[in-house]
Amino acid sequence: MTTRLHVDWTRCDGHGSCAELLPELLGSDEWGFPLSRTGEPEPRVPRQLDDLARRAVSACPLQALRLRESA
Amino acid sequence: MSATLTTALWDLGRGAGVAALVAFTISLVLGIVTRSGRDALGLGRFGLNEVHRTAALTGVGLVAVHLGTLLFDPYAQLRLVDLVFPFLGSYRPLWLGLGTLAVDLLGVITVVSLLRDKVGPRVFKAVHWATYALWPVALMHAIGTGTDAATLWLDGVALGCVAAVAAAVTWRLSPSFDTRGWTRTPRQVAR
Ligand code: SF4
Repeated sequence: MTTRLHVDWTRCDGHGSCAELLPELLGSDEWGFPLSRTGEPEPRVPRQLDDLARRAVSACPLQALRLRESA
Repeated sequence: MSATLTTALWDLGRGAGVAALVAFTISLVLGIVTRSGRDALGLGRFGLNEVHRTAALTGVGLVAVHLGTLLFDPYAQLRLVDLVFPFLGSYRPLWLGLGTLAVDLLGVITVVSLLRDKVGPRVFKAVHWATYALWPVALMHAIGTGTDAATLWLDGVALGCVAAVAAAVTWRLSPSFDTRGWTRTPRQVAR
């Protein structure tokens, strides 16, 4: 089971809260939009970052960030 | 009930009400700053959002104290129905009714906000606009009702709140609000 971080680009407005809370996985481009740091388009969330990822999801003011579980 | 205890309820009830107005003012201003997408006050963008939320929920708690104490307060003579249906009270019905209206709005906004993940961003945002109605109604209730109306300290607090919200809303409506300090480059279409 892997958890991946998914950004809904129709909702995201580049506020950058997610990159502040999850610098391990996300950076910001010059406009504040999140960039994956892992080289994967949807970064895999390692188990030890699970809690922080959930916090980042709930902190996104536009509900643009989601965790996706896949087998 | 002893005289000191009854005035204690009355004092606590009024104090909690004024404190709630201050909490909602802070929340509204920080909500606008959060919406701007700027990292102000060195809290981080997520930090601003958290303080915005905490201030709002503090206000909700203070309103609960405000209602609870005044319901049992023999001076205020609130009935349960006055907590829900506006403009039925016998004591300054207009000003009390505004308070009831504010409580109704606050209830809906709080529940929808707490269920944000269930209702989705559209409903969340639409209902959140109602805070711009809630705040002035709560302000009028605070200024118009109660024994503190037209006392200097209450006027001072109210003035401070109005100034803060007026400044934030003016900024919100200014053209530079949404740009976050960027300049947009119009797309060049090749012909
Ligand atoms: S916090 Fe949400 S809106 Fe802001 S950049 Fe991240 S995903 Fe986008």
